[in-house]
Amino acid sequence: MEKSIIIAGYGGQGVLFAGKLLSYAAIIENFNTTWIPSYGAEMRGGNANCSVKLGDDEIGSPIINKPDILITLNTQSFYHFEKNVKSGGTIFLCGDEDEIVKSRDDINYVFISLKKITKNIKQLSFLNIVALSAMIRKTGMLKIESLILALNKLIPKDKLNILTSNIEAIKLSAQIVFDNKNSKVLV
Amino acid sequence: MEKLVYKEPKCLVENFKYTFCPGCGHGYVLAIIAGLIDEFNLQGDTIAVSSVGCSIFLEKFFELDVVGASHGRSPCVATGVKRSKPQKFVFTYQGDGDALTIGFNETCHTALRGENITTICINNTNFGMTGGQASATSLPNQKTKTTPFGRDIKKYGYPIKAAEIIAKCEGAAFVARCAVGSPKLYDETKKIIRKAFYNQINKIGYSFIEVLCSCPTNWQMTPVEANNHIINDVAKYYKLGIFKDVLEENKSI
Amino acid sequence: MNDIKEKILLKGNVAIAKAAIEAGCECYFGYPITPQSEIGEYLSKAMIEENRVFIPVESELAAINMVIGAGSTGTKAMTSSSSCGIALMQEAISAMCCQQIPGVIVSVMRGGPGLGNIAPSQGDYNQACYGGGNGDYKIIVLSPSTVQESIDLTYLSFHLAFKYRCPVMLLADGILGQMMEPCEIGNYPYKNYNYDIESWALDGAKNRKARNLISLHMDLGELEKLNYELNKKNIEIEKNEIRYDKYLTDDASIIITAFGTVARVAKAAIKQAREMGIKAGLFRPITLSPFPSNELYNTINENTKVVLDIEMNLGQMLKDVRSSVFGKCDVKFTGKPGGGIINSDEILQKIIDLNNNIES
Repeated sequence: MEKSIIIAGYGGQGVLFAGKLLSYAAIIENFNTTWIPSYGAEMRGGNANCSVKLGDDEIGSPIINKPDILITLNTQSFYHFEKNVKSGGTIFLCGDEDEIVKSRDDINYVFISLKKITKNIKQLSFLNIVALSAMIRKTGMLKIESLILALNKLIPKDKLNILTSNIEAIKLSAQIVFDNKNSKVLV
Repeated sequence: MEKLVYKEPKCLVENFKYTFCPGCGHGYVLAIIAGLIDEFNLQGDTIAVSSVGCSIFLEKFFELDVVGASHGRSPCVATGVKRSKPQKFVFTYQGDGDALTIGFNETCHTALRGENITTICINNTNFGMTGGQASATSLPNQKTKTTPFGRDIKKYGYPIKAAEIIAKCEGAAFVARCAVGSPKLYDETKKIIRKAFYNQINKIGYSFIEVLCSCPTNWQMTPVEANNHIINDVAKYYKLGIFKDVLEENKSI
Repeated sequence: MNDIKEKILLKGNVAIAKAAIEAGCECYFGYPITPQSEIGEYLSKAMIEENRVFIPVESELAAINMVIGAGSTGTKAMTSSSSCGIALMQEAISAMCCQQIPGVIVSVMRGGPGLGNIAPSQGDYNQACYGGGNGDYKIIVLSPSTVQESIDLTYLSFHLAFKYRCPVMLLADGILGQMMEPCEIGNYPYKNYNYDIESWALDGAKNRKARNLISLHMDLGELEKLNYELNKKNIEIEKNEIRYDKYLTDDASIIITAFGTVARVAKAAIKQAREMGIKAGLFRPITLSPFPSNELYNTINENTKVVLDIEMNLGQMLKDVRSSVFGKCDVKFTGKPGGGIINSDEILQKIIDLNNNIES
């Protein structure tokens, strides 16, 4: 098994952190993994992205041309990467279905509705964590517990309040996905 | 009764021969350095950094550990030595081509960092070793191998007054310009270099000493004419004196 | 879950910096340049915390010459840079070989020539192995292909630099510098090695004759003699220090040669090719200089029809591959210059095409 995931959004939305978290959770489940941030000219724009691979075997290139899964935290990134997603792959988009125009019929679209999330989560700054845990829960790629363990490793002990709210975000998001597992529109 | 007035410093290589031209100023300055190394008893703790130019052959004269540097980079090599062995005495011996022409960036930054080392910079207003071409310090209208009609400041710019510039670097502790060309100047120079050594030993900081030196061969003068040229011309353009002395400044406060 | 060996997730650049700390690097001098700036950034904190020397310098010239200064006293020192920055260091690298001063230079390649771009590249194989410095000199060049190997080879760099009193270059590329991978810092494995530093390092002529480490040797025959001595050392290095990696080459009809990041991408393609029944294998030089020439020659077996060299440049290692293969079989090349990245699908396609040619 080898899975490739691109996480993209505005700089400051924590896409790089979400990627690290995913990689760390993969280590906890004893997978091989690579993480690489957006590279080249993209590094200087307002958008950021990172590529994460995980698999049973050694990982070849950490660079992903056609991701199995794309997580986009803004619509700009959605349009930038939509065409690249592997046929049969899935896009997790933070937003509602009516906010975008789909251009492919060979991939799955999963919408994480911001309007409903904001009712449940106080800070939008946890969007990265919400999207990541929704993806993990939906695909069953890793265990949600591994994600929480990874958070414990990545967030310094003196920032316990951030840790607690992040874990809340994970649990809530996972719960929502669980409740709506047959629906493509989450929440 | 005989009185011993001069004894060869023990940190000079036994039976060494200077490779310099007759009347060259380098020998005086090396003798001063050797005398002071003995005076402060530094031989066993000194690492000298040689440079490129007539200043290169330190190991042939000094019974001291020497590391060589590429052209202009001795302040960096000296920084590496001093930072890795802060208890050692470290000095660079450079010419104006090395320290002020190709390596002025390194010289300035070493001063700005306030590295606790000593730089002795011989200024003879030309590239001596390669045969007398114009350097950054060549005087206006000075005839050299590459300014056969004299240094035209409209075409080649102005000479670099290094001591004045380095004195503006806040990290520098002691900056002076002296000369060798007469016994009196020699004594002054020894006093100034002694102070520079004292500064390093007492961790006062970076000292930059520019020494105006004769280069009779390339100036196409006799040694006596060359010494007079230093006093009458070179030292007129490059004013002698102490441009910065943090020890004195502290005293006056 | 707790019994799994504790691995941490590190960027290649940070891993190299951490390994330098563990290896006992006492001095770091550096000037920022993408894509290796994290090395200096990490060490700016770590070195100070360890009470070691860190200087953000005025240029790469200053950095490498400070390494010379620290190295001359027998102190472990390092600098890091990328393509154009390494270009500035060439004069000093030649001098280090002549003066026999140890030091570690990390080069994280970006696209070139000129300022090029900041995309990952392997365009500095020639710069690293054949240098831009003057005279008859060679340096040791080590090429990692994973973050873990970046750590292990950083250790080896310090070890070899002091074992042979020479500069050692760790040649990584932008991908390796920027990517994160699980790894272990472990312990510096050469702690107890006796390098006999006291016999040559400068610490002041106390109770012994004065020493010098210089690079101008004007006396008649002196430089010629020194060159022979340096060459003897290079031959010794070639005898003892060649390192390489082989993957499925025993029965391979197609042997791919690649180094660094490209090698790991090729490995993924080779796995896919094997699943399709194509006998492909990988020969990966770890020491790019000295190049594992005999080892590559001996890897080619009676089944081997072609050696395919793949690089992220236009064929810089190719000449070493060709001279190693020495006509034993066909040599082909594919590559991308200037920051173009090769993916495993492209390599797989190349393998399939070659295989079709072989069979027809």
